[in-house]
Amino acid sequence: MRNFYLMLAGAAIIGAGILVYMVRRPAETGIPANVVVTPADTAGFAGYVLGSPSAPVEVMEYSDYQCPYCQGFALIQFPTVKERLIDGGQVRWRFRDFPLEQHPAARTAAHSTACADDQGRYWEQHHAVFEGQAEWAEARNAAKEFRSYAERLGLDMRTYDDCMGSAKYAGRITASVESGVRLGVNSTPTFFVNGRPATAAAVSYDRLKALVDSLSVSTAP
Amino acid sequence: MAAVLLSLGGVFVSAYLYLYKLGKIGSLACGAGGCETVQLSRWSTFFGVDVALIGLIGYAALLVVSLAGLQPRWSESRGVSTVLLAASGAGVLFAIYLTYLELFVIHAICRWCVASAVIVAAVFVVAIMDRRRLPQRAESGPA
Repeated sequence: MRNFYLMLAGAAIIGAGILVYMVRRPAETGIPANVVVTPADTAGFAGYVLGSPSAPVEVMEYSDYQCPYCQGFALIQFPTVKERLIDGGQVRWRFRDFPLEQHPAARTAAHSTACADDQGRYWEQHHAVFEGQAEWAEARNAAKEFRSYAERLGLDMRTYDDCMGSAKYAGRITASVESGVRLGVNSTPTFFVNGRPATAAAVSYDRLKALVDSLSVSTAP
Repeated sequence: MAAVLLSLGGVFVSAYLYLYKLGKIGSLACGAGGCETVQLSRWSTFFGVDVALIGLIGYAALLVVSLAGLQPRWSESRGVSTVLLAASGAGVLFAIYLTYLELFVIHAICRWCVASAVIVAAVFVVAIMDRRRLPQRAESGPA
C-alpha cells in the first residue's frame, strides 16, 4: 500500500509539473513564420484592397496588428480618409501584412483577418483586431480573442476554426513580408503613395486630399 | 486503486481544459481546431458554469471518495462504494450528453473531452466491479 501511495504522489507531482510548465511557457504564435512561399500563396493576391479600381491615388500600407503606431493610424486617421476619400472613389487603399518579429501575436492576428476575408468580412475583423489590441497583445492566447471578434461579427465559426487550424494563409503573410522587405520596409506602418515611399503624415486626410486635388488639376483638360 | 489513478488522470485533464478556458495556457494540444471549437462554443458552459470546472470538481470528488475507499475502515464499506458508483454514474451520463453535443450539435470533436469521457466510464466500470465484490466478501465472512 505504501508503494501505491508513493506512486500516486509521484504521478500527482509529474501531472502538476506538466500543468505548471504549460502555464509558464512563452505564449505561442500559432501561425508559423518559417514557411516556404508557394506560387499559390500569392496568385491573384497583392494585399487587401479597399476603394475604386479607378481611383487616381493608391496608398499601400505595410502594417503590423500589434504595433501601437499602426493601431493609432488605423483607428484615428484611417476612418477619416476612408469616409472622405476612399468611399468617394478618390483613393484606393491596399493593406499589406508586415508582422514584426518582436510582436509574437501579430502573425496570428494577420491570419485571423485572412480567415475573415474568406467570409467577406476582412475589414470588419481588421478593425476589430486593431480596436482590441490592448486586450490581446499581452494575452497568452491571443487567438482566442481574435476568435471572439470573429464570432461577434457573425462569421461561420466552424469555417473560421478550420481556417485558423490549417494556417493556410501562413505563406501569404510571409509573402507579404517578403514583398515589403524588397521595397525596403523595415518598420511599421510604412506607406507608399502611388508607388513612392511616404511618411505617415503624408497619408493624413489633408495631405492626401491635397494630392488628389493636385492630380485632378494636372489631368484637367 | 484503479479508480484513484483514473480520477487523478481526470483531474489533470479537466484542469488542463479549465486553465485553457481561463486563458492561462496558450493553445490546446489538439491537432486541427476541434478542441478550441468545442471549448469556445456556447455549450462549454452548463448553467453558467464552465464544463471544465464541473469536470475538475467532479474528478476531485471521485478522487476523494476512491481514496476513502482505500482506507482500512472503509475498504469494505458498501456506503463508499455506492457513493463512488453514483458519482461516476452521474459523470457518465454527463459525458454522454457532452459527447452528443460534440457529435450532433457542435460538429467537432475535442480529444481531451473524449479522454475525459473514457476516464469517467472506466471509473464507473471499476465502481461496478467493486460493488459486486463487496457482497461476495460479506457472504464469505464469518457469521
